[in-house]
Amino acid sequence: MSQVHARLMGVSRVYPAAAGQAAVHALGPLDLDLRRGEFFGVVGPSGCGKSTLLDVVAGLAAPSEGRVTFEQRDVAGEVPDGIGVVFQEDASFGWLTVWDNVAFGLRRAGREAAEVQRRVDEALRFMGLVDFARAYPAQLSGGMRQRVCIARTLVMEPRLILLDEPFGALDAQTRLLMGDELLRLWRASGATVMLITHALDEAAMLSDRVGVMSARPGRFIDIIDTGWARERDSRIAAEPSFGALTARLWSLLRDESLKALGHQRP
Amino acid sequence: MKRRALDMLLVSVALVVLWQALHWRVGEEGLASPAATLRQIGEELESPRFWRHVAETAIAFGWALLYSAGGGLVLGLWFGFRRLAGEVAEPVLTAFASLPKVTLYPIMLLVFGLGLPAKVAFGAIHGIVPVVLFSMAAVRNLAPVLTRTARVLRLDARTTALTVLLPAALPEIVSGLRIGFSLTLLGVLIGEMFAAKRGLGFLIMNAIGLNDSGTIMTVATLLFAFAALANAALLALDRHLHHRGD
Repeated sequence: MSQVHARLMGVSRVYPAAAGQAAVHALGPLDLDLRRGEFFGVVGPSGCGKSTLLDVVAGLAAPSEGRVTFEQRDVAGEVPDGIGVVFQEDASFGWLTVWDNVAFGLRRAGREAAEVQRRVDEALRFMGLVDFARAYPAQLSGGMRQRVCIARTLVMEPRLILLDEPFGALDAQTRLLMGDELLRLWRASGATVMLITHALDEAAMLSDRVGVMSARPGRFIDIIDTGWARERDSRIAAEPSFGALTARLWSLLRDESLKALGHQRP
Repeated sequence: MKRRALDMLLVSVALVVLWQALHWRVGEEGLASPAATLRQIGEELESPRFWRHVAETAIAFGWALLYSAGGGLVLGLWFGFRRLAGEVAEPVLTAFASLPKVTLYPIMLLVFGLGLPAKVAFGAIHGIVPVVLFSMAAVRNLAPVLTRTARVLRLDARTTALTVLLPAALPEIVSGLRIGFSLTLLGVLIGEMFAAKRGLGFLIMNAIGLNDSGTIMTVATLLFAFAALANAALLALDRHLHHRGD
């Protein structure tokens, strides 16, 4: 089995000119190999094309140039089987209960009722949502709703999970706890995870490797091995090497963030 | 729930008291009393002639509602998904909504003639605009992340529309249908008042000519009860859809 789970080769994305606005070169060209089973974090300045990168890997957007493959098959502007995405925005379905939200994808895929029941119950148990199975999303906090969305992704048993700043709207403590849950999910599922985030500490804590992107058009200026053990949680934030890692990420990003804000290097 | 029922009861009692007070002020000729109206309601409900008028109005209202709700929904969804068409149509529809439709009734009579088609058309043009505007807004306000989620779940266009977009837009659509329902009934009754030989609107107009305040209040009370019950049912559905889980 190939160690490369998804591969980007010379990928760039240009949004064509529209309504009196010039074309926007959002991404690349860039190359990236996502290794099977790794946790890959992506950080970069605002507007550098992080979410565009996720869209291209997921098949939600086709690259303007270059190739994307997932499990050695081309991703051609369509989401392949085996990829799950969790978005930053609340994507829970307000008209369905938590249980029905999580069951939605399985039912649409025509799975047997008994299998749906088993897998949904398992996903709810894993995400700590059993007591809220009959609740509607409006009755839950932002963090709980995001858990519902993660459970809805998890239940489909994706082999590659893409997360687009899923904890962006949450407070710092909840983000740390959600990070722990995400690590637990990653270890239990064996899936490859790519996390887009603007939080350097989050990327440093969760990732096996962190890709640091330049200002737009986003390219990888460095990819850093964090060296963490697979069994880890948010307590590594207390280790001295965590501070050094976060400082290194910031030193790489500072100039790019200034560029993104339109400032020159002081 | 109990509090709401109690509030409604208090409002109803206050209305009846006000009605009785007005009756004492203007006399039987000007305004029939609540008790006399109640008696006449009992008599009318046993009269086949009255039910023929009710049937006439019900048929006209049924057809008008079908056109205003069905047509409004189709047009609203179309304008919602076709952004340019919606942007062109919206100011025209808003202007049309503020136009007193009764100014168009002579034209409707010339086009459709006296009888059922004119009443149906007049009811439909009253009700269709809010249904179109609310349905259009419902589609426009759909969060893009819902469509993206549907793509990640590999749903086809039809399944996406039926299982994701329609349920998400439904609360706004029902709000439009609720307002469209009331305005359609209003249009049909106005149509019957101006140019009809049968129907509840005609009955009211005829009673005005005969200075028969008993019949006016009887028909008005029955229409009020019907509209209030239907509106309460639609409002309950509307609230349920807007506040699922609140």
